[in-house]
Amino acid sequence: MDPLMPPPIRRIALDVEPHVAPARPTPIANGSAAPVAAHAKLRRPAAQTTERMHIDSVSLAYGENWVVRDVTLPVRQGEVLALIGASGSGKTTLLRSLNRLTEITAGAARTGRITLDGRDIYELEVNDLRRRVSMVFQQPNPFPMSIYDNVAYALAEQAPPRGRRRRRTPELEQAAETALRRAGLFDEVAGDLSRSALRLSGGQQQRLCIARALAASPEVLLLDEPCSALDPISTATIEELIVDLRESVAIVIVTHNLQQAFRVADHVAFMHLGELVEYGSSEQVFNHPDRQRTRDYISGAFG
Amino acid sequence: MAAGSSMLPAAAMRPPRERSSSWPLVDRLCYGLCWATGIGLCLIATAIVIFMLVKGIAYLRPSLFVSSPAPSLHQSQSGGFSDPIIGTLIVTAIGTVIAAPLGVAIATWLSEFARPAWLARAVESAIEMLAGVPSIVLAIFGLLILSQGFLSFLSQGAAQGSLGESFFDAGIVMSLLALPLVVGSTREALGQLPDRLREASYALGKTRSTTSRHVLLPAVRPGIASGIVLGMGRIIGDTAIVTILLGSTLKNEPVGHVPLLGTLRGTGSTLTSYVYNNSPAGEGNAHEKAYAAAFVLLMIVLALNATVTHLVNRGQAPRERRRLFLPGRLMGGSR
Repeated sequence: MDPLMPPPIRRIALDVEPHVAPARPTPIANGSAAPVAAHAKLRRPAAQTTERMHIDSVSLAYGENWVVRDVTLPVRQGEVLALIGASGSGKTTLLRSLNRLTEITAGAARTGRITLDGRDIYELEVNDLRRRVSMVFQQPNPFPMSIYDNVAYALAEQAPPRGRRRRRTPELEQAAETALRRAGLFDEVAGDLSRSALRLSGGQQQRLCIARALAASPEVLLLDEPCSALDPISTATIEELIVDLRESVAIVIVTHNLQQAFRVADHVAFMHLGELVEYGSSEQVFNHPDRQRTRDYISGAFG
Repeated sequence: MAAGSSMLPAAAMRPPRERSSSWPLVDRLCYGLCWATGIGLCLIATAIVIFMLVKGIAYLRPSLFVSSPAPSLHQSQSGGFSDPIIGTLIVTAIGTVIAAPLGVAIATWLSEFARPAWLARAVESAIEMLAGVPSIVLAIFGLLILSQGFLSFLSQGAAQGSLGESFFDAGIVMSLLALPLVVGSTREALGQLPDRLREASYALGKTRSTTSRHVLLPAVRPGIASGIVLGMGRIIGDTAIVTILLGSTLKNEPVGHVPLLGTLRGTGSTLTSYVYNNSPAGEGNAHEKAYAAAFVLLMIVLALNATVTHLVNRGQAPRERRRLFLPGRLMGGSR
């Protein structure tokens, strides 16, 4: 291999092989701490999981058009849930309904029940819910302010403290640093946190958005194709981050990228035309799918 | 050109231009008309500037800026236009101070809240109507209201109620002239912000008001500023309101003895009314002074226009905003 090629690219290239070939090394099931290979580290199953959110026969519509039909899914902390499916399968809409962002769209309707820790999310105060269930979007969308202000804005209950540009309290700085560290961005931007966030590269911007989403210590993190606008190196960084985060935050990720779902997810839900076709461990969905439609999608017959 | 093009590789050379001789006759005529009107407009604009420049500079003296107008038929004794310049500044300041916060607030509400819908529609048409009302109608309406006795603290008492002529009165009505421009410009800028900026903030559990105040409004500062400057231009150029609500007196006449407050409650004039009064149509009939003042007025308005252009360009041209609207790096993701 070319010695100049940065490691993450190489790992992605290696990652593709195992699940194309049927004789893939099975993930280490006994939870031994020894990271054998890079992909094994990514696929190590979480020690224990607790159910945080439950999607219970939820259907969602925009006007007359039902885009999600009768989906039931658990969202567990300690694992990553990936929603896969072709365009228009309703996976993004389902994701957005988890923190009630679908409400912004006029004419959005919903039936069924979504709970967070047993409580219906429609009984929670909406801004409270969104602080607990945070979201990262497909396009990096940092606010047009400094890196520090982006995180500080998310940290504040509602409005950032007065004179935020000049006065930085030590607690706030510490919290911002922690958030940036968790997103793996701090070392790259530590030199100048007052730089405009829009001057960062795309991958850095997306990690800033993740830092921002993590700043308010959410319990569930929703990721809507977080890597689709990024290059392979940034993608690898973010995927590692996702796997690292799943212990402390329940993670739901929407992705078009099957390899990515395989790399990061513990459970996979395959959706097609608004219906949930198959749900299971990623091992099962990718290697022994029950349904013909899943098999076709995974093998690239459509999608 | 020939020397330059010979150095370029063949692929970089421009393809031959389309020839209009292949167009239908009507298209060619209209095309010609477009050219003619465009050039005509440029000629008119240049003519105004050159004419005012020649006439204005011929009569412009530094002393005109610092001396007050005086009642005299002799040009050498009728003074300068320091009072009208100060008057223009005061009226513009009052009008802007009122119109800017109100306009930004209205625009934010219309763009981000707009509930109930019928009220939003009503506010929208009210703003549109206000933008179309001739300023003389605004002035007469303002006089009707402002000459009520209980509003005499804005000007001075008169035989019946209040005089209704003062810098306060004129400034308040002037703010109605500037308001639609501030609202329009701010609203347009807010409308151009991508929705994902709003979603990003909502997804962090921020309310609409926090989002507007801390994310959206800071992002549209250039739009707000250009609206304000446009509004200032409108105020500076208006004559009708000055004539009716400022008295358009020769000098600024303070009321009472409190320095600033007295001036603001008193009558006065602006550059526009000064030009009018000194033009052949007015009482002063000192057209030399009128030309000089008109030239100063034109320069102020041109400077404001340049400011708007600068603000709008600064708002869009730099990489920052480009990347905000059209994020690059759509590198197709990873496979």
